[in-house]
Amino acid sequence: MMEVPVLQVDFLATRYAYATFAVLFATGLYMMVASPNLVKKVIGLNLFQSAIFLFFISMAYVAGAEVPVVPSAGGAVGEYVSPLPHVIVLTAIVVGVSLTAVALALIVRIYSEYGTLDEHTIREVADE
Amino acid sequence: MSNLELPLLVAVPIVAATLPLLFGLKFDEVGWPVALLATLVETGLAARVVGRVYAGERYFHQLGGYDRQYGIELAADGLSAGVVALIAVVALLVLGFARRAGPRRNSFYSAYLLLLAGLMGVSLTGDVFNLFVFLEITGLATYALVAADRSGRAALAALKYLILGTAGASLYLVGVGYLLLATGTLNMAELAGTLGSEVAYTDPMVVASFGFVAVGLSVKAAVFPLHTWMPDAYAESPDTVTAYISGLASTVGAYALARLIYSVYTVEFFAAVPLAQRAFVAAATLSVVAGSVLAVTQSEVKRMLAYSSVAQFGLVVAAFGLATEQAVLGGAIHLVGHGLMKSGLFLAVGVLGLAHGTRDVGGYANLGYRSPVTVAALGVLLLGLVGVPPSIGFLGKWYIAWGAVEAGAPVVAGVVLFSTLLTLLYAARLLETLYFRPADDAEPAGPSPTADGAVRSDGGDASADPDADPSVSVGMVAVTALVAALTVALGFAGPAFETLLAPFMEVFL
Repeated sequence: MMEVPVLQVDFLATRYAYATFAVLFATGLYMMVASPNLVKKVIGLNLFQSAIFLFFISMAYVAGAEVPVVPSAGGAVGEYVSPLPHVIVLTAIVVGVSLTAVALALIVRIYSEYGTLDEHTIREVADE
Repeated sequence: MSNLELPLLVAVPIVAATLPLLFGLKFDEVGWPVALLATLVETGLAARVVGRVYAGERYFHQLGGYDRQYGIELAADGLSAGVVALIAVVALLVLGFARRAGPRRNSFYSAYLLLLAGLMGVSLTGDVFNLFVFLEITGLATYALVAADRSGRAALAALKYLILGTAGASLYLVGVGYLLLATGTLNMAELAGTLGSEVAYTDPMVVASFGFVAVGLSVKAAVFPLHTWMPDAYAESPDTVTAYISGLASTVGAYALARLIYSVYTVEFFAAVPLAQRAFVAAATLSVVAGSVLAVTQSEVKRMLAYSSVAQFGLVVAAFGLATEQAVLGGAIHLVGHGLMKSGLFLAVGVLGLAHGTRDVGGYANLGYRSPVTVAALGVLLLGLVGVPPSIGFLGKWYIAWGAVEAGAPVVAGVVLFSTLLTLLYAARLLETLYFRPADDAEPAGPSPTADGAVRSDGGDASADPDADPSVSVGMVAVTALVAALTVALGFAGPAFETLLAPFMEVFL
């Protein structure tokens, strides 16, 4: 009876990065679905994407390993963190920033057209 | 540096996309000629790729000369060659339409070329992360294009598409993360080798990655519960853009899904995890029924055709899920055929909209005699969509139904037939309105046609003075008719498709 909760705490303590990923991921998704404010939806989208970046970074992390830069003198020694997920995240961040820019540009146009950022109000205005 | 046409197919439109903006500083309306030049080059390159693949070759290009374990690989086989050819042809034809109808701003043509680059990249890449990047390039350009007419409604549709599309692509990225975690590689060929031998198909990480990838790409391909962005995006965007993205944007989404299933997870994954296959086919089948029913209830033509796309992509995805030789062949043919037919249909709707100021079924009354050529093309394309032989629509559905029977999935075969009947229902309603309902009986159209717009001929009438008719040109009608003719001509191309896809089948099935 005692072992089960201990096991779970242990499980979370070693995998807290993945747990954080799951919580942020779900929070971002919920914001996108539930918030009627368009800007907050975009913020939710950013949170959602950042969670994925964290996931990739925590996946590449090796305790006690060095940054993946091989010194010019002396050659490679010891353990290195995998550079591939870092490169992936770098690219994904660029994609995310451009998407946010396009989204905000669209929101500016929607605001100038409808005068509000509330989804329900816009739907009422648009249906008329 | 052999096989240079593969990187050029992606690089040419990206470089060309910068030119309209650059020249735009000095000249006006330079976008269209630049886009035409780039698209012609693309068509030539695509023809070369199709020719080489048709000869039985399956070839690669390693970018920058890096080995495929470290670098990015571009690959062409039967499936990608078909999609590359579709992209090049539709881009060229829609550009012909855009000369008169389209937005003339230089920035529009930059986005047009950027989308072309993204689409080509998705079809040719052999790297799962690179696929994500190209999907997002495709997405970014599409969001910008949907909002190209600067109205509030279009901006709203584009934002909806952006949020859903990005969520889909992000889910796909999580799937890629799980794959990388399980196998340590991103190259499709390497992944296919590692999965099943070094990592079991039933590994929870692999199954989870399939779930994320399938759901993420289903958003892009507009499979039923994830399709909600599509009707708004198609209905609110300008006609040129609708014709362009309806034929291509979701098509490459469905293509990516097929590519991932066959080149990465392979059919053995389906054999090892039968639940994944069953859920996949069930979702696609539901999509066929729901899309068809929703399409029948629409009164706006563009919205109706958008819901019909949901059904047709359901058919394609179901075919890929069934994973028998005939079904995959049918899926590939229907993917290409549907892209061509949908583009043609939206072009015809665009011509009628410009000539008569209506996009409503009610407003279409008796137009068959005012715009004979366009409406005839529209009729041919609608019958092709229903699946009347000889047309590519029939060919695709025939192979899918055959494959469904072969795979022992009578429900899917029944749904193909049922959706055909529903397609006939809305196609026939449109045709009946176009040819047999007198204009007086028509319900009043939403936007009232302009005074002179109502009596405009569509250019099929040779005596019409082209200058007196600024909105519809002979070229626009000719392009629409050409698509209709192609749809019928490709109906006889069954053996050619079989030859093209035979090496693909051999490797992956």
